[in-house]
Amino acid sequence: MEKEGLGLEITELRLGLPGGSAPILVDKNEKKRVFSDISGDLDNSSTDWKLTQTKNQTVGWPPVCSYRRKNNFQEKDRLETSKMYVKVSMDGAPFLRKVDLSMHKGYSDLAEALEKLFDCFGIGESLKDMENSEQVPIYEDKDGDWMLMGDVPWEMFIESCKRLRIMKRSEAKGFGLQPKGSDHKGNSKDVAK
Amino acid sequence: MMNYFPDEVLEHVFDFVTSHRDRNAVSLVCKLWYRVERYSRQRVFIGNCYAISPERLIARFPGVKSLTLKGKPHFADFNLVPQDWGGYVQPWIEALARSRIGLEELRLKRMVVSDESLDVLSRSFTNFKSLVLVSCEGFTTDGLAAIAANCRFLRELDLQENEIEEKKNHWLGCFPDSCTSLVSLNFACLKEINLAALERLVARNPNLKSLKLNRAVPLEALQRILMRAPQLVDLGTGSFVLDRDSDDSETYRKLRTTILKCRSIRNLSGFLEVAPHCLPAIYPICVNLTYLNLSYAAGIHGSELIKLIRLCGKLQRLWILDCIGDKGLEIVASTCKDLQELRVFPSDPFGAGHDAVTETGLVAISSGCPKLNSLLYFCQQMTNAALIAVAKNCPNFIRFRLCILDPTKPDPVTMQPLDEGFGAIVQSSKRLRRLSLSGLLTDRVFLYIGMYAEQLEMLSIAFAGESDKGMLYVLNGCKKLRKLEIRDSPFGDMALLRDVGKYETMRSLWMSSCDVTLGGCKTLAKKMPRLNVEIINENDQMEFAPEDSQKVEKMYLYRTLVGPRKDAPEFVWTLV
Repeated sequence: MEKEGLGLEITELRLGLPGGSAPILVDKNEKKRVFSDISGDLDNSSTDWKLTQTKNQTVGWPPVCSYRRKNNFQEKDRLETSKMYVKVSMDGAPFLRKVDLSMHKGYSDLAEALEKLFDCFGIGESLKDMENSEQVPIYEDKDGDWMLMGDVPWEMFIESCKRLRIMKRSEAKGFGLQPKGSDHKGNSKDVAK
Repeated sequence: MMNYFPDEVLEHVFDFVTSHRDRNAVSLVCKLWYRVERYSRQRVFIGNCYAISPERLIARFPGVKSLTLKGKPHFADFNLVPQDWGGYVQPWIEALARSRIGLEELRLKRMVVSDESLDVLSRSFTNFKSLVLVSCEGFTTDGLAAIAANCRFLRELDLQENEIEEKKNHWLGCFPDSCTSLVSLNFACLKEINLAALERLVARNPNLKSLKLNRAVPLEALQRILMRAPQLVDLGTGSFVLDRDSDDSETYRKLRTTILKCRSIRNLSGFLEVAPHCLPAIYPICVNLTYLNLSYAAGIHGSELIKLIRLCGKLQRLWILDCIGDKGLEIVASTCKDLQELRVFPSDPFGAGHDAVTETGLVAISSGCPKLNSLLYFCQQMTNAALIAVAKNCPNFIRFRLCILDPTKPDPVTMQPLDEGFGAIVQSSKRLRRLSLSGLLTDRVFLYIGMYAEQLEMLSIAFAGESDKGMLYVLNGCKKLRKLEIRDSPFGDMALLRDVGKYETMRSLWMSSCDVTLGGCKTLAKKMPRLNVEIINENDQMEFAPEDSQKVEKMYLYRTLVGPRKDAPEFVWTLV
C-alpha cells in the first residue's frame, strides 16, 4: 500500500491542529535495524566495530553499564590513571619542571617533550650521539645512582627513574656518571677512557 | 496439627527462615501460616517497583524494617531506556512515611531518587540505619546532607555507581559529632569530598568496617585514615599516587608501616588513579584478600598487575580489566585456586582489542580454578572447543555471562556458530541461574537451553537466533524463567503469543529491535490484564496512526497487581 501521496493522508485519523500540515508518516518497517543496517552498509558486510564508533550511542553494545563507560573509557582518563611524575632540572634553567613518564611511549618521545618544556633542542640528538651533543640527559635511579638516559629498555627506565637532569656536556666530564657497560656499583667492565 | 502451636512458636520457627523465597513459600502453606508470616516479616524484596503498590506492601507487612526496590529494566544500564522512563521512589517513601512503618533499611537499584525523597526519608524514620543506592540518579549532595544530618543511628551509606550532582556544600560535614555508629561508607562515585570532614568522621567511628573512597582522597590522606581505622575489612582506595622524588618517600614509608597494621582487610578495590611504583605498599595485605576489584584501575597493568596477582593466593572473587591478557589469566589460574567469581571487563570496547582476552585465558582459568561458579567475560573471540572444555572443568556455574565484543562472531577456528559451546555449558552446569549469550548463534542454542537449563532464571539474548522457534524453546523449556531480555533478534508475534500465561510466571520480558508488531503486543495486552505491556516510542516524529503491522522498537512487559502505572511519560504507551 502506497504510503506516500496526499490521498491517503487525508483519510488517516490523526491528532493535530485542523488545517495544519500533515505530519509525515514514518514506515516503521523501513526504520533502520541498527545492527543489520550497519553491517549492510559496510563493504564486506563484516562486522568491523571500529567503524561504528559514531553510532555506538544507539547501539548500546558492548553491554557495559554507562557508569563504567564514563569512568573507564575516556581516553583522557585512561592516560591519567597511571601517573609517574618526576622532577626535571636543566642546568642554567631557573625553575624545575615535572613530567609524567607514563604519558610517553619511549625515549625519543620523552626527549621531544623535554625539548618543548625547556625550549631547547638537542636532547633527542644526544640520545643518538652522546659524544658530540651539548646536552646530556641523565637520571637518578632507585638506588640513588645517576645514570645516562637511554641505556636500558624504556620499560625498565620508567620503573626505576626518580628524577631527571639535563646536564651541560662541560659539566658531565667530572660528574661521576656510570659509564655504559659497567655494573651498577660503578665497576667498569671496560677500561675507562 | 500446626493449630496446637501458639502463633509465637510458629513465629519463632519462621525467624530461622530468612530467604525471601522461602518466606514466600511459607506464606502459601495455609491461612494461619500466611498470617503469622506476614506479621513477622521484616525484610521485603520487590524486584519490580511497578508490580505492586506501597499501600499494599504496608497493608500486608506492617512490621517491615528493610525494603529492597528495583526500578528500571536491566537494559537501562546500556542506554536502551530513555530518560524519564520512570522508577521513582518518591511515592514509596511518602507512603511509608505516612504509615507507622519503622523503616530501618532501604536498598534501591535503578531508581530515580530526588533530594526531596532523601529529605523525607531522613526525617521520617527515627531508627533508620542503612541506605544503599545502586545505579540510581536524580539526586544531589543536598540529599546526602539530609541523610547525614538527620539519621542519628546511621550505620550504612553505600553509593554504588550512581549519577549524583555535586553541589558546593560539604555534605560529609553534616554528620553530627554524635554520629559514631557508622559501619559502612562508600562514596567512590563522587568526584569531590571534604577531606577534613572525612578524617574527623573516620576518627570518631570506631566500628567502621567498610570504607570506599573516591578519587579526591590523596594517598597522604589515605595513610592518615588507615591509621585511624586499622580495623577495616573492606577498603576502596581513591587516588594512589605519589610522585617519585624524595619529598614523598616519607609519606610512602608511613603508608607502608600503616598498611602493615591493617590485618583485617579482605576486600580491596579502587585505585581509580594509580602510580604503579606505589603498589608495593599493599603487597603485605594481598595474601589475605578474598575479593579484589581492579576493574576501575586502568593504571595497573603489565608486570605490576602480575606481581600483585601472584600475591593473592586466597582470592575468591576477582574483577579485572582485559588488559590482563590471556597470559595474565594463566597466572590467575595458577595462583588463585579458590577462585569462585571472575569478571573481566573491556578496557577499550571500541579499540583494536590488542589487549583483550580470548578463549585461551578462559580455558586456563577453568583448568586452574574448578570452584568457579560465576563468570562475566568480555572477550575478542570464543570457540566451541573452549566452551566445551570450560563446561567440563567447571560444572558449578550459577552465572555465566559471555560477551564477545563482536556480537555475531562465529567460532574463528571452525567458522561455526557457538551453539554447541553454550549447549555444553547449560548441560553441565545444572544449577545455572543466569546466562548471557553472544557470538553467532542459531535456534539450536535455544533448543539446548530449553532442554537443559532447568534452573535458569535470567536470560539475556542479543543478535541471536533465526526464527520464532528459538524463543519458543526457551519459553517452553525453562520453567523457572523470571527475566528474559532480548535485543536485535528475529523473534516475532508467533513466539510472543504462543503461551501468554507464561508471562505471569515471570517478572518481566524485554524485547527491542525484534520482530514483534504493535498488533501482537495489543493482542497480548488484551488477553492478559494482569500484565503491563509497555511500548517505548522514541521517534522525533510521532506516528499518529501507527499500524498494527508495524514492528515495535522497544517493548517491556511485566506482571503487576496494580494495573497500568500512572507515572508513565508520554513516550511510553501502556497497551490495554
